[in-house]
Formats: sequence, C-alpha cells, structure tokens
Amino acid sequence: MTIAAIRNEPMPPEPVRWTLPQARTLDAVNTIVTAPLYERGLWSWRAWWIGVAVSGAMTAAFVVGVTVVLMRGIGVWGVNTTVVWGTAIADYVWWIGIGNAGTLISAMLLLMRQQWRASTNRFAEAMTLFAAAIAGIFPIIHLGRPMYFYWLTPYPNTMTVWPQWRSALIWDFWAILSYILFSIIFWYVGLIPDLATMRDRARGKFAATVYGAFALGWRGSARHWRAYETLHLALACLGVPLVVSLHSVVGMDFAASLMPGWQETIFPPYFVVGAMYSGFAMVVCLAALVRWGFRMEGLITLAHFDVMAKIMLMASIVMGLSYATEWFNAWYGGDHAERSLVAFEFTGTYAPLFWALILCNVVIPQAFWFGAVRHSVVAVFVVAVVINIGMWFERILIVWNTLSHDYAVSMWRIFLPTVWDWVTTFGSLGLFALMYLVFVRLVPVVSMHEVRKLVDEEGAS
Amino acid sequence: MTALLLAEFADSTRFVEAARRARGAHYRLVDAFTPFPVEGMHELLDERKSHIRVAMFIGGIAMAAAAYGLEYYSAVIDYPYNSGGRPLDAWPAFMLVPFATGILVAAIAGFAALLVECGLPRLHYALFAVEGFERASQDRFILAVERPAEDDELRRALDFFRGAGATALREVDA
Repeated sequence: MTIAAIRNEPMPPEPVRWTLPQARTLDAVNTIVTAPLYERGLWSWRAWWIGVAVSGAMTAAFVVGVTVVLMRGIGVWGVNTTVVWGTAIADYVWWIGIGNAGTLISAMLLLMRQQWRASTNRFAEAMTLFAAAIAGIFPIIHLGRPMYFYWLTPYPNTMTVWPQWRSALIWDFWAILSYILFSIIFWYVGLIPDLATMRDRARGKFAATVYGAFALGWRGSARHWRAYETLHLALACLGVPLVVSLHSVVGMDFAASLMPGWQETIFPPYFVVGAMYSGFAMVVCLAALVRWGFRMEGLITLAHFDVMAKIMLMASIVMGLSYATEWFNAWYGGDHAERSLVAFEFTGTYAPLFWALILCNVVIPQAFWFGAVRHSVVAVFVVAVVINIGMWFERILIVWNTLSHDYAVSMWRIFLPTVWDWVTTFGSLGLFALMYLVFVRLVPVVSMHEVRKLVDEEGAS
Repeated sequence: MTALLLAEFADSTRFVEAARRARGAHYRLVDAFTPFPVEGMHELLDERKSHIRVAMFIGGIAMAAAAYGLEYYSAVIDYPYNSGGRPLDAWPAFMLVPFATGILVAAIAGFAALLVECGLPRLHYALFAVEGFERASQDRFILAVERPAEDDELRRALDFFRGAGATALREVDA
C-alpha cells in the first residue's frame, strides 16, 4: 500500500506519457528520427522545396536590403534625428529574444528534470543558434559606420584608446559573442551521440564518413556517457545564468539610458521573461511544423503542446503584470515625462499597435486556460504565431514610443518605416527559415539518445 | 591486444542485472556500450572520477580574472579618464564581461576535458569492426568482459551470460 493510500489521500494521477505507442521501442525512435535523413523516398519534399524557394527569395531580398543599407547608410530606413533607433534595433531585440529561448528552455528543463524536453531540445537549440546569429547582424548594420564594428573589441591600436567598459553596448557585444559560442558548444555536445547513431545507420560511405567525423569516434561506452552527462549538466547550470544575463543586458541597453519609459529597474527581468515567452512561441511553431513535416506524432505528442501552452500562459500573465507595473510606476512616480509617455502609449499615434500588442500578448493567450485549445495543435500554433507578432510589436514600440515622446516637446517626431525597414525585417525571417530548412535535412531534429532514455524509463515504470 | 567477450543484451534491465551478477561472479568488466547513459554502469566498472568540472572551474575563473585584469589595466592604468570624479575601477559595471567570457571559456575547457577523458577524437576503434557493434549506438546494450583463457572457464562464462539473457555472445580481440 502506498503512503498516499494509507493517508487516505487521492492517488496521484497516472503519469503522463511523452511518447505514443508507435514510438515506444528504441528502434522505433531511431527509425522515426532518422527517416527524413535516410528514407528520403518516403516524402515528396514538395513542401520543403516550396519553403526553400520562398525563404531563398526572402533571403535574397535580405541580402539586397543589407547591401543597400551598407552602401547608402542607415538613412534609407525610417530613422530620423529623433527616433534614432528603428526596426533594426527592434528586430535585434526580437531575434535575440527568440535566440535566448532555445538554450534557456533546454538547460532549464534539464535542470528541472522535465523529461519531455527530450523530443524538443534539439530543434529549440538549433533555433537559438540561427536566431542569435541573425540578431548579431542587426546592431552591426545599424552602426553608422559598420566597417568599424571591430572597435568594440579591446586590441592595441594606434589610437591608443580602449572600449568603454561602462557602456551597456560593450556588455552587449561580449554577452552575445559569448552566448552564441556557448550555444554552439552546448548544441554540439548534445549532438555527438546522435551523430554516432547516424554514422552507424548510414547506408553509404559518404554519410558514414561525414557523420563519423563529426561524431569524433563516439562509441557510447560507460566512460563516455559519464563524461557526457557531467559536462552536459554543468553546461546547463552555466547556460541558465548566461542566458538570463544576456537578455538582462539587452534590457540594460535601454534601462541604462536616461529616457522616460526606458530607465526602469524592471527592464532586465521583464526582457528575460519576454524572451522566454517569444522563444517558447517560436519553439511551438517549429514543433508543429517538424511534427507535421516529418510525421513525428509519436515523439512530439499533444501532451507536449499542452505543457508548452501552459508555460506560455504563465509567461503571458507575467508579461501582463510587467506592463501593468510599468504603467503603475509611471503614475505612482509622478514624473511628468513618464506619465505623458504612458498617455502617449495608450492614445498616441502608435496606440493601435499598442492595443494590438496587448491583445496578442496578454488577451488572446488566455485561451490557453481551456484544455480544448491546449489539445489542438492548430489552435496552439495559431496562438503562438499571434504571440510572436505581439512580441515584435512590443519590441518596436519600446523603441518608437520612448524616442518619439522624449522630454523635449520640440523634439517629438514619429517614425515612418520605409520599404527597406520591411525588406530587412521580413528578409531576416526568410534567412531564418532557410537555415532551418537546411538544418532539418542534415541533422536529426530530435535528440535520439535522450528520447531512447525516456522510452526506456517509461517502459520500465 | 585484449581478449574480450562481448555479451549483447536487448533491454537495459537485463543488461544492468547481468553486469551486476557478472561482477559478483568475479568476471572482470572491461567496458559497457549503450545507446543512452545507463545509471549505475559507471560505478560497476570502477571508472576513475571525472575531472571535467574541475577543468571548467579553472578555465572559467582564469578567463574571468583575465577579463577583469584587462578592464582594470585599460581603465585605471593605461587610459585613466576622469569623468565627473567617478571611480576609475567601476567594478559593478566591469562585472558583465568577466562573467560572460568566463562562462564561455568554462564551456570550452569542459569540452576539451570531455575529449581528453573520452580519448576523442578517435575515428577508428578496434571494436567498430565487430559485427553488430553498430547497434550499441542504436538499440543494443553490450557488455565487454575479459575473456577467460581456459576453454573450461570460457564455456562457463558463455553459459553464464546466456543464462543472464544475452542475445548474442562474441569473442573478439581488441
């Protein structure tokens, strides 16, 4: 008799299973995950080719947009002498937010022993790499003189000057650089055992050689696994504070200024939650697409969407509270510029976008209170897309509202996006999609060894 | 050259049980190859302690110290700049760079330590040539024990592992 039964407490519910019956043997896991790479005949790949064509065209547009910006200067965007930051900075914050989430999700869930992460962490981490890489492009092209971006690094130079270590922008440079490189290591370490599986399942010499080389000769011996688990856990422990610090620093890019609506102590945690929120939404979108495209219903189940929807619901409430805290502080602080800014947010030129933001980030996600919504992949996907749009509105409005409505009334001016704003924004989406489409053809999208462990443990329990 | 006996199992429970019994029966366990980390195997094999975390700690602290040293040198010694009497060594503002780069170098050190401890990269390994070994990275659990030299003992060992549920037994020299 269990303790719960003795105490006459209700028995705990049956544990949730994170796999469907068709994926509950080790070989089934391997077959399902490696099929897109080794059984290519099972797919028509039409959707994939359409995706490549569309995202390739968008990437080409992005390249053109970046070239134009580099050749003619940032004046081709809608930035002006008042709103000196524009879509480039908003895009940067949006992308780095998404880039945060992969490692945050993967590492945090690992530390919290959330076994369901097994089938999502690989593509979430890949998302991180691509999004963070794209994020890194924007601040550089937004520099007035991007050819001097390397002045951010400390090196002995003929000017005999050093970077200003007290500047949030310098912190940003180091945080992003460290984070991208760290994420590559974290991702690659988790990938090594799966590359060995790919090597051992290869049918041709070419695949065996390439995967074998990247697998470094992994053979899954007890010593290997011991070292792997030690390192992976230690990296997760370091990854969480690194991610939190990274997006806190992004928040401080704003908060370390003296501008109304930016100089707020809530910014670092508020940015971290926002990053987790938009990142989770992006992971859900990718999970739905991977599941549909590669028939991974057995590994990415409705239970996964349910639990991810619950996390997004939680994050949406925290975001709502953060917005409300900003408004309250502006009112309670009594500072005229702050109050005036909030009034401008609510009723000013950008008010329609602001209310769309509230709708997308706070109101619509409340649908996740209902089980029927959480158990519908289409519904979760749609809400996740809405959240991503809402988070972009948030990023752009953080930039526009404060800069358009500064202390000096004579300086007030509106940002009007130009075609190049849209080209660089949507083009970056195309670049992300293109990198992702290539990724799914080269690397197993689900971490096989972790799912094998999960299947084994579920089988034993 | 080590004479090995490879006992292959199809599920982890039998595999762990067999390894435990084999150890009790004084077979010398050489290694175990599994498709995912099996709890307890490491202890059964008497492996050395891992130094990965020590390497990460040293690497991280060293990098953080170096980063802070650079900030201090540049802002206090090489290019002191008095801005409204603010302290030259603004340590709270200087913390982020040592923190971020320290974590990065800790990760790099950890990865390097992983390679050293695992003896990787080593693209060729004698057991890779053994038939069926490729399934150790997929769905089979393989226990490698020292092969008894005497025919009698070898026969007993084969019986022992067959009785423990091994699905295949192979005598190899690695």
